[in-house]
Amino acid sequence: MPSIEVQQLEKSFSSNAQALFAGLSFTVDSDECLCLLGPSGCGKTTLLRLLMGLEKPSRGTIKMDPALDAEMSYVFQEPRLVPWRTCLENVLLPLELTAQNNPAARHRAIELLQNIGLSDRLEHFPDQLSGGMQMRVALARALITQPKMILLDEPFAALDERTRFHMQDLLLEFKARLQLQYVFVTHSISEAVYISDRILLLDNRGAARDIRSLSFSERNQSVKLTPAFNAIVSEYSSLFSEMEDSMKKADAGQSKL
Amino acid sequence: MITITRLWIADKLPAWIFLAGLLSIWQLIVVQGWVASYLLPSPLQIFYTTLELWPDIFVATLSTAQSILWGLGLSLIIGVTSALIFFSIPIARRAILPFCIFFQTVPIIAIAPLLVIWFGYGQPTVNASAFIVSLFPILANTLTGLQETDPQLKELFRLYKPSRWQLVFKLQIPSAIPYIITGIKISAGLAVVGAIVGEFIAGGGLGSLIDAARTQQRVDLVFSGVFMSSALALSLVYTINLITGLLFRHRPYLRNQ
Repeated sequence: MPSIEVQQLEKSFSSNAQALFAGLSFTVDSDECLCLLGPSGCGKTTLLRLLMGLEKPSRGTIKMDPALDAEMSYVFQEPRLVPWRTCLENVLLPLELTAQNNPAARHRAIELLQNIGLSDRLEHFPDQLSGGMQMRVALARALITQPKMILLDEPFAALDERTRFHMQDLLLEFKARLQLQYVFVTHSISEAVYISDRILLLDNRGAARDIRSLSFSERNQSVKLTPAFNAIVSEYSSLFSEMEDSMKKADAGQSKL
Repeated sequence: MITITRLWIADKLPAWIFLAGLLSIWQLIVVQGWVASYLLPSPLQIFYTTLELWPDIFVATLSTAQSILWGLGLSLIIGVTSALIFFSIPIARRAILPFCIFFQTVPIIAIAPLLVIWFGYGQPTVNASAFIVSLFPILANTLTGLQETDPQLKELFRLYKPSRWQLVFKLQIPSAIPYIITGIKISAGLAVVGAIVGEFIAGGGLGSLIDAARTQQRVDLVFSGVFMSSALALSLVYTINLITGLLFRHRPYLRNQ
């Protein structure tokens, strides 16, 4: 059974605006990690929010594997840490709200923060942390509930390159170690190719432009130097610029009217 | 510690020097007979009068302080509670809040005679007067704080399907705490005004001390009373800072807003 099954999806925010996704359909298999890639404004974030249930589709259906449904986590584009809570308390928040906060959970939270290199920051407040650290705390908060599926909305976009690479590897590590599945939104082509098993390329109206599976024998940062990897990245790059050109043309056409 | 003391002195020194200069000029003006001392007594004379009548002034100050604490305490309890009620029951807010705002526009000096009729002469009327003027800022600030909860944090909480009480106690009240503290500080100043005005009419405390001194043409004693009431207001604000600082010493975010 697929993890996610999306059929004939459409979403419009007001009655006169043109609908996004134009009947988008796709499935995500139970062992796949999917990346949503596309130019800005194509509805990547909206699609992710629809998958999480933060928005309701205007048409079409989204079916989740019932085993997954209750065990999903979401990482927002910004860390969204609660400013009056320490790192550790922020990580424990989901458990507090679902009445699962106990000494064992606390131990797990500390372990998780150690894993992401913040063991000396447990009692620090968000405003005492750098952006990269805050994002890592947000990731730990999403993982503390031991989800099977995690939805991430451009979580590493604001980070510097080194931290971003580190976070990508961390995510791949969690994926391998915890059998974690994720749907990842990004506008970075190389990031998408690096961390996903499958890419869904959306055009400027959010319709699927390309869906393809990727496989690399081994994933570490050196993969990014291989010809195979770069071939895919450059292919997507040209697709991207093609889309941007057509967007510009469409804009120009509209302004003539 | 030494550097902190030094910084503090460097920070406050200009104000102390200015005060000393001001008092010296005042003393000079009166001693030289440029202004009649029965209109403007000299600072030293005010000081001696205060020392001489200290037992009476002290008792009066204590009584006023009591009324202020009663009024402010009641305002805090009732203000925060009604803000919570208005916040959770929008229909109650729409029905009652306009009248609270209207009530707020009626000057306390106009209501005070009514309070005397209801509560009689003495402290209960003064307490009520201090309470009435200090209620609204706490109520309004608390309500604003509750309503201005960061929608992004609210969305984060919603991911974990919190109960209504969890939302209130873990998100909305902490968000409102900096606002409540601001409200208390505004109300503290007003409670002093309310108490003194109440005492003008209902008797007792610094209010009637000032009033009696006025009828006896004891301008020095009037000044004494005036200084004691501002000393009261200042120490009240200082105490509030101290208490909130202690209460939230491990949560700098909540007290520093």
